[in-house]
Amino acid sequence: MPPKSTSLTACATSDDAEKEHMAIPLSYNVRNLRLRKGLTVMTALGIALTVATAIFIMALLAGLDRAFGTTGDPLNILVLRKGSTSELSAGGVARDDMQTMKDLPGVARNSQGEPLVSGEDILVIVLPRRDGTGEVNVTTRFLTPLGIEMRPKIKLIAGRWFTPGQHEVVVSKSINARFSKTNIGDSMQIGTGQWTVVGIFDGSGTAHDSEIWGDINQLTVDFERTQYSSVLMRATDPVSAEALKNRVTDDQRLKLAGMLEPDYYSSQTKSGQPIKFVGLIVAIIMAIGSSFAAMNTMYAAVAYRGREIATLRVIGFTKPSILTSFVIESLLLSLLGALVGILLMLPFNGMATGTSNAVTFSEVVFRLQMTPVVVSLAIAFAILMGLIGGLAPAWHAARQDILGALRG
Amino acid sequence: MTLTRFVTKNAFRNKRRSLLTVLSIGFSLLLLTLMMTIWRSFYIDKGTTQSAQRLLVRHKVSLVFNLPASYREKIRSIPGVTQVVNQQWFGGQYKDDKPENFFAQFGTDPQELLKVYPEFQIPAEQVEAWQHDRAGAIVDAELARKFGWKIGDRLNIKGVIFPLNLELTIRGIFTAPTTTQTIYFNKTYLDEGYAEAKGNEGVFAVLVDSPQDVARVASAIDEQFRNAPKPTKTETERAFQLDFVQMLGNVKAFILSICSAVVFAILLVSANTMAMSIRERTREVALLKTLGFTRNSILGLFVGEAVSLALVGGIVGTLIAYVVVFGMQKQGGFMTGMAVTLPTVIVALLVSALVGFLSAFIPSYHASQVNIVDGLRHIG
Repeated sequence: MPPKSTSLTACATSDDAEKEHMAIPLSYNVRNLRLRKGLTVMTALGIALTVATAIFIMALLAGLDRAFGTTGDPLNILVLRKGSTSELSAGGVARDDMQTMKDLPGVARNSQGEPLVSGEDILVIVLPRRDGTGEVNVTTRFLTPLGIEMRPKIKLIAGRWFTPGQHEVVVSKSINARFSKTNIGDSMQIGTGQWTVVGIFDGSGTAHDSEIWGDINQLTVDFERTQYSSVLMRATDPVSAEALKNRVTDDQRLKLAGMLEPDYYSSQTKSGQPIKFVGLIVAIIMAIGSSFAAMNTMYAAVAYRGREIATLRVIGFTKPSILTSFVIESLLLSLLGALVGILLMLPFNGMATGTSNAVTFSEVVFRLQMTPVVVSLAIAFAILMGLIGGLAPAWHAARQDILGALRG
Repeated sequence: MTLTRFVTKNAFRNKRRSLLTVLSIGFSLLLLTLMMTIWRSFYIDKGTTQSAQRLLVRHKVSLVFNLPASYREKIRSIPGVTQVVNQQWFGGQYKDDKPENFFAQFGTDPQELLKVYPEFQIPAEQVEAWQHDRAGAIVDAELARKFGWKIGDRLNIKGVIFPLNLELTIRGIFTAPTTTQTIYFNKTYLDEGYAEAKGNEGVFAVLVDSPQDVARVASAIDEQFRNAPKPTKTETERAFQLDFVQMLGNVKAFILSICSAVVFAILLVSANTMAMSIRERTREVALLKTLGFTRNSILGLFVGEAVSLALVGGIVGTLIAYVVVFGMQKQGGFMTGMAVTLPTVIVALLVSALVGFLSAFIPSYHASQVNIVDGLRHIG
């Protein structure tokens, strides 16, 4: 499968352009890389480390995107005080407004005929991490069994749901894995009360994976909260969801704003900004360093093979085919690096980690996701390094003086 | 020709290769220096002397819960406490919600704030003007420069956490030793605009009379409110800031893994270059030997060459890092208050020298062991 070099004809000097040129077989490059094993392996490893770092950062961001991107049901509408952007803001939804909302047209009802409107409250509590790296904020959501019913994606995997009127909480699987004092039977202090963990749920990769759930009525008693921090409403169908959202926002009595639940969560992906910022800088600097290293290796490869290249020219290979051949060799080198880098990172795929949610100041648990996009971006990144590293040396090789090289 | 000159000449005989190696090592060390600078500012720097003498009191459960305003006088009565000031996080938006327009806004007591933060430089008449204007604010000089604010300018902050918008007038501009990216306004303004804010405070900043007393006062404060409905958590300003770093995730592991990847990568690059250049010179080594150079001196020549190349890379890297950090600091935000310090530079240079040494040792050891006759016969 000899590579076609016609696309690079434009780079060649005019006298070559007219000649028909034959491509140098790929096996030539593969053998050359094999010949100088040490050099190849070390350069490829350098590229591999860079690719691994890039994958690590992209996988973090992909995991974060997934945590927020998949949360929320398009039929659910989250209602907050006008002007507020998060469930944690001061001033929420008054209890009296709940009845008004329940009576709005388009609200879905469950099998018992209850309107699916759930008043909820969010608190942030501090829990110690299991690995002893300190204490962090964890979002705790207080709701009624109706609220659980409105989130069918969330499944109980151990124990039972909390009983209304009891100091009981259920924790997500990720919270259970990452924080101490969160096993079934343990109790944690929330405000003045001791709350017992009675169950574990699986948030299936949504933002609820970073939450603890408890009974709202018990919370109201403990904290003397007079308002809900948010209200979740369920519409009967997508069209009425849109209408219901506008109806809540426009209702003069309410002074509230509704938004579709998925929109609310996807707006929180900005929590990944610090990682994105640092990650980008790290990846760029490492890529520049690796490109220089690849360039070095390719220049050495060209220098070693001065006479060989001249011979190839004498046999009849054109400048463009030599240029192509060396660029391909550099690409092979970087692809080898990409492969090693991807293999290096595979064990970390799915690893859970946490960062702070920029909106609620509390821990978001998410998993490293090596999605196909991440992997292809990593390969593209390696190809770019190979191109940058290979073009100049290949150009140099193609323009070598034949006679001088043969004599040297 | 002296030995040093011989080493330098050799190090740069293939100019392109040396340049590429230096740049490659340089960029890696730039990253290493940046990471060490971040590490240092998070985990090593103790802050100013005032900052070591300052405690922050917050709700034990979480920062998002408020403390009763009445705690202020109770804290003041604890022996060792000299000043106490309330601070309420407003968390509003200036212009829009873009991160570059974000800065901290605190509602506080203008009468006492600057006694707790004596390191803030601000003309006395500006403080007085602020104390007399309920809707006045003082702003960090860096912020004023960034947004082009002047005294007397109007400042509108949209409330996000609180359901009201602040319409402030800039009454003063203060300069802090490290930029704070903060504006302070009169908490009374917030209390009047939103009744539920009254009587509640986010945190209390406490100035303790001496650094030795800090630990005792901190536990005395927590002890005082231990059985109150709203217990407190008191920690030094430094520890308080570290909590935020902690929240970003496992930052220590993140930085460490990047640093080790970088060090390993430069080791590879440098070893690569040295292996190439030593292999080229097998015949030369044999020649040097016939001239009477011992194995050890040949070893020394190559190692010296690698170390000097790596060091040049290190110097380039730390210089760029210095410029980058300086530039980013001016931008404000994430790198605020960070600087590349001399110890960081020394560590970076030591790392590069060590990398140079390690990378050259094995290939040059092999080269020094080569039999003269074989070496002379070697075809590059």
